[in-house]
Amino acid sequence: MAKKKFVVGSFDDEKVLFPAVKKVRKAGYKIHDVYTPFPIHGLDQVMGLRDTSLHTAGFIYGITGTTTALTFMGWVFTKDWPLNIGGKPHFPLPAFIPITFELTVLFSAVGMVLTFCYLCQLAPFVKKHHFHARATDDLFVMVLECTSRTNEDEAKAFLESVGAKEINVQVAEDGWWLGRYAKEQKLYDTTTENSLA
Amino acid sequence: MSFREKFEIPAKFKMWSMILMAVGLVSILAGYFIYGQGDEHANTRFWGVLLYNSVFFLLVVNASMFFICATALAMGGWQMSFRRVAEAISTAVIPIGIISGVILLSLVLGHQHHIYHWITPDPNDHILMGKIGFLNPTFFIVWTILTLAGWIFLGAKMRSISREPDNSGPMSPEEGKKYIFKNTIWGSLYLVWFGLTVASTVPWLWLMSIDAHWYSTMYSWYTFASTFVAGIALITLFVIYLKNKGYLELVNQEHLHDLGKFMFAFSIFWTYLWFSQFMLIWYANIPEETVYFKHRLQGPYRGIFFLNLIINFIAPLLVFMRRSSKRNYTLLVFMSVLIIFGHWIDFYQMVIASLSKEHVELGLFDFGVAAGFVGLIMWATGNALSKHSLINRNHPFLKESIIHHT
Repeated sequence: MAKKKFVVGSFDDEKVLFPAVKKVRKAGYKIHDVYTPFPIHGLDQVMGLRDTSLHTAGFIYGITGTTTALTFMGWVFTKDWPLNIGGKPHFPLPAFIPITFELTVLFSAVGMVLTFCYLCQLAPFVKKHHFHARATDDLFVMVLECTSRTNEDEAKAFLESVGAKEINVQVAEDGWWLGRYAKEQKLYDTTTENSLA
Repeated sequence: MSFREKFEIPAKFKMWSMILMAVGLVSILAGYFIYGQGDEHANTRFWGVLLYNSVFFLLVVNASMFFICATALAMGGWQMSFRRVAEAISTAVIPIGIISGVILLSLVLGHQHHIYHWITPDPNDHILMGKIGFLNPTFFIVWTILTLAGWIFLGAKMRSISREPDNSGPMSPEEGKKYIFKNTIWGSLYLVWFGLTVASTVPWLWLMSIDAHWYSTMYSWYTFASTFVAGIALITLFVIYLKNKGYLELVNQEHLHDLGKFMFAFSIFWTYLWFSQFMLIWYANIPEETVYFKHRLQGPYRGIFFLNLIINFIAPLLVFMRRSSKRNYTLLVFMSVLIIFGHWIDFYQMVIASLSKEHVELGLFDFGVAAGFVGLIMWATGNALSKHSLINRNHPFLKESIIHHT
C-alpha cells in the first residue's frame, strides 16, 4: 500500500494524444499509464512498452497441460490399472491425443486468463484507483508518475502545452488493494480538482 | 511516393525457370524411356510420379486463386498490397491444368488400370460395381475437363475484374460499391466451383480412387489443407522475392506476419484432418480401412510417414509460434520452402505408397519432374507479373492494406 503522486492529463482527441505521448517521453517524464476508452493501435509502441510475455506464459501452461495429460494417462493405463481395450497397446498414443489436446488448451486458456488478470490487476472484490471516470467513455487519460525530481507545476504546464484539456494532481494507490474505496474519493465527480490530495 | 509498378523479369530468374523446365522435360523423357517402356511396375512408377506431381502443383497454384476469392468474400483489405502476386501465381493454373488434364486423361484413356483399377472392374467385385456410377471413365473425363475449364475460366474472370480499374482514375463510392459487389459475385462463383471440385470430388477421383476399394470422408479436406498451406507458402516466397528485388513497396512485416499466421494455422488444420483420418481408422481397426495405413505405418513408408508429420506439423508449430519468427524474412523463406517440400512429400506418399507397396522409390525422376513444375510456375508467374501493374492502385480497399497493422 504505497501512495504515490500523479499528474493526470486528459485528452479528447487521439490525434493530439500520440504526439503528446512522444513529447512527454522525450521530455523525460515517467508515464505511469495511458487510459483509453478503446484499444488504440500503435499506442504501445509510442509509449515504449515491451511486448507482453503473456504468450510465453501461455506456452508454458500449454506444455504443462500436455505433460500432465500424457503422464497421468500413461501412469494409469500402464502402472496403476492396465486394461485391455480392444487389444490396443497399454500406451495407445493416438487414443490419448484428443484428451492431451483438450488439456493443453484448458491449461493454457485458464492459465493465460488468470495471468492476464494478475498482470492487469483485475480480480473480484479487488479495487483499483480510477484516475478519471471518463477514461471509459470519451477521454484519453495520460498519467505521469511524480518522482523525487519531478516538479508538479512544470509537469502540469508541460501537459497543457502538449494539448491536455483537463489537468490535475492526484495522490493515489498505484496498485490494487482488497477492500473499499476511501470515503473521500468521489469516483464519478469529475469537476473537483485534487479531490484526493 | 513513387512505385515500381512494372516487374521486369531479371535475366537470372528467366534463366533458372528455363533450366528447371528443361530439367523437368528431360526427366519426363528419360523417365518415359527408363520406366514408361518397362514392365507393369516401372510403368506404374512413371505414371504415378507424373500424377502426383502434376496434381500437387496444380492444386497449389489453384490455392492462390482460392485465397484471392476467400479474402474478397470476407471483404478483406489487408491482402491488397500483394494481391497481384497471388493473381500472377494463379495464371500457372492454365499451363499446369493443361498438363494435368493430359496426364489424367491419358491415364484413363490409356487404360492404366494398375493406377486406376476401377477402369476395368471385375463384375464380381461388388464394391467397385457399387461405385461404378461415380468411378467410371466417362464421368472421370467429363468432370476433369469441366473442373479444369471452370478453374481457368473463373480465375481469368477474377483477374480481369482486378485489372479493370487500372486505366481509370480513383472510384467514386458508388462505383467502388459496384466494383466490390462484382468482385464478390464472381469470387463466390469460383468458391462454389472450388467447393464442388477441390473440397469434394476432385481428390476422390484423381487421388483417392487409386485405392478404389478404400475411402475416407476426410480425404478431400485433407488434400485441400495440404495444398492451401503450400499455396500460401508459395505466395510468401514470391512476395519476399519481389520485396528483395525492390518491388511491392506497400508490403511490410505486418502483411508477412499475417501470411505467417496463415501458414501456422493451416499447418495445424492440416494436422487436425490428418489425425482425424488416421485415428478413426486406427481405433476401429477394420481390415478394409486399415489397409491404407498398413504399408504406410508398418511397411517401408514408415520413415516418410513420420517425416511428413515432423515437417508439416512439428516444425511449423514450434517455429511459427513466436511472433518474431513470423516477421523474420529469412525464417519465412526457410519455412515456406520446407512446407512446400513437406506437402510434396505428403502427396508422394498419398499416391506412390498406394501404387508400390513393397518398395520406396524416391529418386532423381521424382525431383526432376518436380523441378520442371517449379520452373513452369516461375515462368508463368514471372510473365504474368511483368504484364500488368504490381498494384491495383484504384481498388477501394487499398488504403486498408497500406495502414494494415496486426
